[in-house]
Amino acid sequence: MGIFQKLFQSKEQKLKAQKYRLGMEKTRKSMSSLKEVLTNSKKIDEALFDKLEEIFIMADIGIDTVVLFIDALRKEVSHLKIEKPIDLENIIVDKMFDLYLKGDIIDTNIRFNDSGLTLILFVGVNGTGKTTSIGKMAYKLKQEGKTVMLAAGDTFRAGAINQLKIWGDRVGCSVITKAEGSDPSSVIYDAIHEAKKQNIDVLLCDTAGRLQNKVNLMKELDKINRTIKRELPNTIYESYLVIDATTGQNGLNQAKVFKEATDISGIVLTKLDGTAKGGIVLAIRNELNIPISFVGLGEKITDLDYFDIENYIYGLFADFFE
Amino acid sequence: MAFENLTSRMQMAFRRITGKAKLTENDIEEMMKEVRLSLLEADVNYKVVKEFTSEVKAIALGEKIMKGLDPGQQVVKVVNDELVKLMGTEAVLVRFNETRPTVIMMVGLQGAGKTTTAGKLGYYLRKNHAKKPLLIAADIYRPAAIDQLITVGNQLEIPVFSLGIDVNPREIVKEGLKKANAEGFDLVIIDTAGRLHINETLMDELIDIKKIVKPDEILLTVDAMTGQDAVNVSMAFNEALEITGCILTKLDGDTRGGAALSIRKMTGIPIKFAGTGEKLTEIELFHPERMASRILGMGDVLTLIEKAQEEIDEDEAMSMMEKMMSGHFNFNDLLKQMKMIKRMGAFSGILKFLPGMSQLQNIDKVDDKQLVYVEAIIHSMTPEERKNPELISRSSSRRNRVAKGSGRSTTEVNRLIGMLDKQRDMMKRFQGMNPASIEKMGQNPTGQPSSVNKGKGKGKGGFRI
Repeated sequence: MGIFQKLFQSKEQKLKAQKYRLGMEKTRKSMSSLKEVLTNSKKIDEALFDKLEEIFIMADIGIDTVVLFIDALRKEVSHLKIEKPIDLENIIVDKMFDLYLKGDIIDTNIRFNDSGLTLILFVGVNGTGKTTSIGKMAYKLKQEGKTVMLAAGDTFRAGAINQLKIWGDRVGCSVITKAEGSDPSSVIYDAIHEAKKQNIDVLLCDTAGRLQNKVNLMKELDKINRTIKRELPNTIYESYLVIDATTGQNGLNQAKVFKEATDISGIVLTKLDGTAKGGIVLAIRNELNIPISFVGLGEKITDLDYFDIENYIYGLFADFFE
Repeated sequence: MAFENLTSRMQMAFRRITGKAKLTENDIEEMMKEVRLSLLEADVNYKVVKEFTSEVKAIALGEKIMKGLDPGQQVVKVVNDELVKLMGTEAVLVRFNETRPTVIMMVGLQGAGKTTTAGKLGYYLRKNHAKKPLLIAADIYRPAAIDQLITVGNQLEIPVFSLGIDVNPREIVKEGLKKANAEGFDLVIIDTAGRLHINETLMDELIDIKKIVKPDEILLTVDAMTGQDAVNVSMAFNEALEITGCILTKLDGDTRGGAALSIRKMTGIPIKFAGTGEKLTEIELFHPERMASRILGMGDVLTLIEKAQEEIDEDEAMSMMEKMMSGHFNFNDLLKQMKMIKRMGAFSGILKFLPGMSQLQNIDKVDDKQLVYVEAIIHSMTPEERKNPELISRSSSRRNRVAKGSGRSTTEVNRLIGMLDKQRDMMKRFQGMNPASIEKMGQNPTGQPSSVNKGKGKGKGGFRI
């Protein structure tokens, strides 16, 4: 029995993982699947490696990472003297885990401050789903028994403040806002003080979408960070980079530059319910050591989940379990 | 830069084969590997890359290529030419309806930028085609989407039709069209909700809207940063709706935008517009031939030239070019150049267009404020020093004085000197190039951008790049 089957033996595990593969299923029509490639290949040769490369590149896993991955696979094959393509299955999955885990134990849980306020900052380029993710996360945290407040730090995009307010109404938590065009730092400053006053557990801060090559906008983030550090000294806070699963190679650039501007502690990978696989996050983890913390799996308020690497890999290779 | 561009990749490949009189099939194979990697790094779809490289290989292997003096350069030219051919050579306009209001439907995934682009497009068509636009808010799903469109409309002074979120979008568009007809609007832009191409219910809604409004254009809005999935998305939308064009958004980012090529090759749909900034006026006609060089990682000289033509007095520009070419480029010239650039628009946007500049480190981090600092530094120099940059580069006491005078650090002064040197050096290299080697750099092969001359007076476009 392959490592996969072992992993997904339990019913609950399988059920949970099903969500990850909803969208993935639809892609399989247009791209050759791993199972197909492995069962249809007669021997392990360059043609097979090419096909594997195709599968990984089509999942938007960065080129460099794919090349690295295929090389590691090659070495393993010659080292273990593997001949049958289907025997590659376990090795691929193994290496995939290695690539993500890198021998670490990754704890993607939110680091809550035991006493006092926990702040979570959401950043990212335009249109990735920051505001929506905040709405979903507010709901999730409330379900977990926390008191939550939202800060409408996107004072730039038309309608952004109202969008967050509507989420606040849905979830049932207060939203701190200022007029459109106000300094986002000042909104967050106000929100921190209001949250402290009301003994709120978690403050979720929205920010405007910004392309990472806009220097002034990145400096604005810097100012936001300074404000937070000043108002909440000696506390750790999470900065989540929100990345759209359809994003290609640029995702790596995004992570690199945002990491310089603000200490990114995790990634929220959104829109994974489409046909895109968001493989660039593997490259981000591999090259920049930033783990994925949450995934957005649909439009419902409940469709935000803690990231689970097993489920994600299951989603990538779901056809093995039919 | 995160990615090496094709030019540098190819140069590596050339190095391995210099000294050979002729390219063998193996050599071409080797170079195609570089082309392939470069395209994949630009997010061009894997299958598209595969087909494209094998097509180019076949052409490159033909006799034409072997007759050339420098076969290596010709391979790059073939790649660029084929890419341009594939992308199309001309910008494609919106089709206007002569007998009734022109109706444009905006569709796409969530977060691609439909609402913003709907406003921008209304602005663009009003400004350039004297249209009277009406925006229809048909996104009843995303919280505050209608607010967003109304705000955008207010900012641009374009009326927005909405019936709130409790009315079916089919009904909204019907009523919206009535209003347009009754009140003499000749352009209607419908903002629909973002949706996944695999969401059948929502795709059906679009199909219904299409039947109701009989649009003249259905424009798919695509995020320029989209990866391999661009093909799935555009094909699914096209199958359901027969898309008439694409709008590529967020092109002001540092993505290479390979999605454009994937979409074009897999669906044949032309890309009509490009969103190039956060301001509501920042939308441009899409120039496919320029996108080719961006995807390949080569500077977009044409766009720069066009921008320059619009904004800069020609004589001024000509003498500047001559100065640059001559290598006698001093701080006075730099100051003038900066002023010109200021008139053209954001500095960081301009630099990217210049070939070679994209290789400079941190090019994307050039701050427009730096311009002010640079000016301050130059103004703190004596007229002698401005004319004669060597004076400054030789004397540290002069540099310190200038730093103090301008209130900037000596590091910054040094950096400015370095920048001037680099520019002089680069321009000297340009000057030393023959037309063939300039072609190699991926610039406009004819040397004179004929399509760019839009009759803005005689003698325009006379840049001798």
